[in-house]
Amino acid sequence: MKENKPTDAHDVLQGLKELNIQGDVYYTTFNRKFSNRQNWIKPDKKQVISFIPGTIRQVLIKPGDIVKAEDKILVLEAMKMMNTIHAPMSGKIKSVLVSVGDRMPKGTLMVEFE
Amino acid sequence: MALKKQIQELHKRREEVRMGGGEKAIEKQEAMGKMTARNRILALLDTDSFQEYDMFVQHEARDFDMAKKVLHGDGVIIGTGTISGQPVCIFAQDFTVAGGSLGLMHSRKITKIMDHSLKMKVPLIGINDSGGARIQEGVNSLAGYGEIFFRNTLASGVIPQISVILGPCAGGAVYSPALTDFVFVVENISKMFITGPEVIKTVLGEEISMEDLGGARVHSEITGNAHFFAENEPDCFDQIKKLLSYIPANNDRKAAKCSAKPPRAGYKIGEIVPDDPSQPYDVRDVIRAIADESDFFEIQENWAANLVIGFGRMNGETCGFVCNQPLVLAGVLDVDSSDKAARFIRYCDAFNIPIITLVDLPGYLPGVDQEHAGVIRHGAKILYAYSEASVPKLTVILRKAYGGGYIAMGSRHLRADFVFAWPTAEVAVMGPEGAANIIFRKEITEAENPEEMRQQKVKEYKEKFANPYVAASRGYIDSVIAPEETRNILLHAIEVSGEKAVSLPRKKHGIPPF
Repeated sequence: MKENKPTDAHDVLQGLKELNIQGDVYYTTFNRKFSNRQNWIKPDKKQVISFIPGTIRQVLIKPGDIVKAEDKILVLEAMKMMNTIHAPMSGKIKSVLVSVGDRMPKGTLMVEFE
Repeated sequence: MALKKQIQELHKRREEVRMGGGEKAIEKQEAMGKMTARNRILALLDTDSFQEYDMFVQHEARDFDMAKKVLHGDGVIIGTGTISGQPVCIFAQDFTVAGGSLGLMHSRKITKIMDHSLKMKVPLIGINDSGGARIQEGVNSLAGYGEIFFRNTLASGVIPQISVILGPCAGGAVYSPALTDFVFVVENISKMFITGPEVIKTVLGEEISMEDLGGARVHSEITGNAHFFAENEPDCFDQIKKLLSYIPANNDRKAAKCSAKPPRAGYKIGEIVPDDPSQPYDVRDVIRAIADESDFFEIQENWAANLVIGFGRMNGETCGFVCNQPLVLAGVLDVDSSDKAARFIRYCDAFNIPIITLVDLPGYLPGVDQEHAGVIRHGAKILYAYSEASVPKLTVILRKAYGGGYIAMGSRHLRADFVFAWPTAEVAVMGPEGAANIIFRKEITEAENPEEMRQQKVKEYKEKFANPYVAASRGYIDSVIAPEETRNILLHAIEVSGEKAVSLPRKKHGIPPF
């Protein structure tokens, strides 16, 4: 087990980073989780992104197709369920980035609208 | 003569069971760097104190050719013994017997010793080393897990429950440790996950090793599922023994008192905290400057390190320390540190351990990730835990105590019994820069030299509010004290709080923001 001894002031001051909390700046260290955090990106309605990891079972559209909002465009099998993916908006399909049998993680871009 | 023969037969039977899954399986276990279940129990308990029960239990499974299989002890060893003279109940899953898989009789042995520990009001230690449910026993295995979880819940807050993960602990099995008070893990040996690398690969196509998915380091740094990390099994057992020295055997008692010892001379409490509130220091040095023998037993050291929790003694009496750590993320409260603090406060409250809170934080961590991760409901857990706790609550404000963070960290308003502050304390709605920018926005923007005006207003704000005396003038702080007075004043506070009793409104239970 670790020995109890005072922290060396020199060690404390190594590699400090700045953290701004409500306008005041503090010198401190970052933990792994904070260093690895992702910046938030505004969701884009023109992009259809997988909400769950799984396998593509049906692709019902192709580039250039005109679809209406809520039209069935893909079937994504995940957790032993066939999940229907609906069009998020009415419009023209710009690109289809998946094909039947593709396995993908959550957050994969599958279809783009124009 | 017949009796002698029968006794010989008994010894023979015992010997067979003690060999668990047989020599080959034991060799395999040891080749993995793991001790056998029996040796683990013997290493943890006082010499010659272990008494085993249910040695000759056999499974009753008939399907899938199971009838032909003899599984000694059905893959688990249960019994009672002592650690440093204190009685405990213990079970250890035996990986050499059918991979320590949990069948009906295996679970009945565990629940038998659990029932015993709850009835006798002694700590329960569970050593987990199991491949999971025994598939051949079907729904009986699931029933077994359910019976264990139910008892974990009943025993929660009545007796200390300790889980030691010394092998795989996967699927449903993980929920028993998760329901217990303290989880111990060992590097390269502990593996905990709901779904393993194989399933993840099949379903998601993601490849990850068991170690990276649910190894000891992952659970002690990233998930917070583990409370103590050790590099090997003997170290882990030492940690368990040390933990047990700090806590009482059950919730009717107080922890055993040790003889009083002063902090070591190496800790100069007046020289640890820098005056400049933007500069960091290690708050554990302050704890060690206050606690007996400068001994601080930290819990969840590597997870949410922006808040420090653990046990120390004050004149021989166990206290729980909850402290902001300016060295990591400036000591902010966030989702993880709120969870960490709240659970520990409830632990101390359940087991009659006074809580000492050391405050130095700039507030809550800003960020979309925090807001979307639910920092509102997680942060609320600290408020709930402090408000509800009826053990003595003593708070020392070392430096910054801004905004919501001030309220959350054991403030008078959540019924701290005593609130002390060092002369360096700053109790305010926010830091001087931020506050000046808001309060004097008009003056600053309309000034000929805005930067000069801003500096001046920051200085004014600092002089007026960056001190403990505004809060002291309202009675929110009981005493402003010099750092050197801290230990003695805390000892006095603990002494006069010895018979503390509070009455709370009658209720079945509250609805904490889980």
